[in-house]
Amino acid sequence: MAEMATSQEHGDEEGTRRDFLYLVTGATAAVGTAALVWPMVDSMNPSADVLALASTEVDLTGIEEGMAITVTWRGKPVFIRHRTPEEIQAAEAVPLDELRDPQPDSARVIEPQWLVMVGVCTHLGCVPLGQAPNDPKGDYGGWFCPCHGSHYDTSGRVRRGPAPVNLVVPEYAFTGDNLIRIG
Amino acid sequence: MSASPSGRPEYSNAVVRWIEYRLPVFSAANEFMGTDYPAPRNLNYWWNFGSLAGVALVLQILTGIVLAMHYTPHVDYAFQSVEHIMRNVNFGWLLRYAHANGASLFFIVVYIHLFRGLYYGSYKAPRELLWMLGVVILLLMMATAFMGYVLPWGQMSFWAATVITNLFSAIPLVGEGIVTWLWGGFSVDNPTLVRFYALHYLLPFVIVGVVVLHLLALHQHGSNNPLGIDKKSPKDSLPFHPYYTVKDLFGLGVFMIVLALFVFYAPNLLGHPDNYIPANPLQTPPHIVPEWYFLPYYAILRAITFDVLFIPAKLLGVILMFGSIIVLFFLPWLDTSPVRSSRFRPVYKWFFWVLVLDCLLLGYLGAHPPEGTYVTLAQIGTAYYFFHFLILLPLLGKLERPRPLPRSISEPVLEPAPSATPAE
Repeated sequence: MAEMATSQEHGDEEGTRRDFLYLVTGATAAVGTAALVWPMVDSMNPSADVLALASTEVDLTGIEEGMAITVTWRGKPVFIRHRTPEEIQAAEAVPLDELRDPQPDSARVIEPQWLVMVGVCTHLGCVPLGQAPNDPKGDYGGWFCPCHGSHYDTSGRVRRGPAPVNLVVPEYAFTGDNLIRIG
Repeated sequence: MSASPSGRPEYSNAVVRWIEYRLPVFSAANEFMGTDYPAPRNLNYWWNFGSLAGVALVLQILTGIVLAMHYTPHVDYAFQSVEHIMRNVNFGWLLRYAHANGASLFFIVVYIHLFRGLYYGSYKAPRELLWMLGVVILLLMMATAFMGYVLPWGQMSFWAATVITNLFSAIPLVGEGIVTWLWGGFSVDNPTLVRFYALHYLLPFVIVGVVVLHLLALHQHGSNNPLGIDKKSPKDSLPFHPYYTVKDLFGLGVFMIVLALFVFYAPNLLGHPDNYIPANPLQTPPHIVPEWYFLPYYAILRAITFDVLFIPAKLLGVILMFGSIIVLFFLPWLDTSPVRSSRFRPVYKWFFWVLVLDCLLLGYLGAHPPEGTYVTLAQIGTAYYFFHFLILLPLLGKLERPRPLPRSISEPVLEPAPSATPAE
């Protein structure tokens, strides 16, 4: 039949048009599927109320020198220690090449007498001891993790044990003389 | 892919061949809805609604599972957890509205799919089991939707649950015991809510199982078609892919547009504003109405205001309400006509449309308080419904003179063979 012959002649063109249509359909299907799936995936991300709790304000009045408190921030403990001058000096005196995770003390604090860190051992996540006056503070005067024996110094830097990095310093800022906002 | 001398498909891709040899998913898929599955060439758009129902089921399951991650099934927290989803969860408003309106669309699609079956005789031999499985799916959908509506714990949620669970008290002797068992207490309360949540999560997967059986039954003899006559030769059919895959994709696009219109422009149109009021067991709303897809059954339930012999009105209403669906199970045997499609049944065709109007009327009446003319009309509507299935269909098959059927599906379309005599 006549139609068959002409379609043979235009074979290449027909193929191209069909390929184009396949491509466009496939692309639309892909975009459509992504548009359908993205809201479902994103709904599992933290919701607005969880994000709202992402900041915690802490009043530092009442924490005397040498004392430490623990607050909750984003579901995790945060250690706030009011360091004594001796503790600050000891922290600043440590040579950086002795540190597994080299960080000068000045990089870990805003005001040297206030040390704010996430109280979660960077090894496998236990909460280190050292906040309470009777707690073991490890060999470097800071904190000691009883789970696998990591020792942290007065700047919260890891000195011995399996922990790979220093105790994390969260993003925080002073919103007043004795007021900080974490996160 | 090409056919080998043995007839089994050979695939050019080595990975595909490796998998196919161990688990023949590719040939199975092709035989299920690919180029190897023949479908009648004359299917019209009324045949799109089965695939749309499948899509609606998947959509409900996906949105439902994601919503379940944020919902709290406790009477003190349920309502506020739904508001938390609407206000706090990323895209929570979209997922909630998609799930609520998706349920409505699921029922619209399934009702059209059902009426297609009624019009074209798709329930007749050899598709009786296919039809009955469909009725089972409908029943499961209704149970799922009912329980799902209770979960937001609004006024309508609570009182619909109270009314519908109370229905079972109509059963003589064991009725009250059954109701207490359903409630898990002495009224609709926390135990009821939590078990409805568990069952609402479960039943959709039971529906999936029955849908699998439904599709297996369908593929045994293939789809019916608008002419209602069987395939006689390969000329009568087309490969499902690409003809009906593309047509189904188009239908899906229209479905998605309609869903989007509801979700983005009228998300609460099909709902009841009273369900934005937290449930109050001490205060009944002035008019308790179920969601629109239950209105016809609600009308039938409330139409029976009189006792019949020893059966009290309340029990009779319950019997007829459930009976309106149970009667569908017997349809293949109630309809005695040897002709499938209404295209060739001039008398039945009219009564089909009367039935459609009757169901729409019952739906309308279900939304109104059961007073005065509304009750009388509901009684007439209920009477016609059962008359249609129990009396009309058996008689019509015997009395009606059907129009002559075409010789084959392709005959009305393709030119008759040269040997056939032209005019007679």
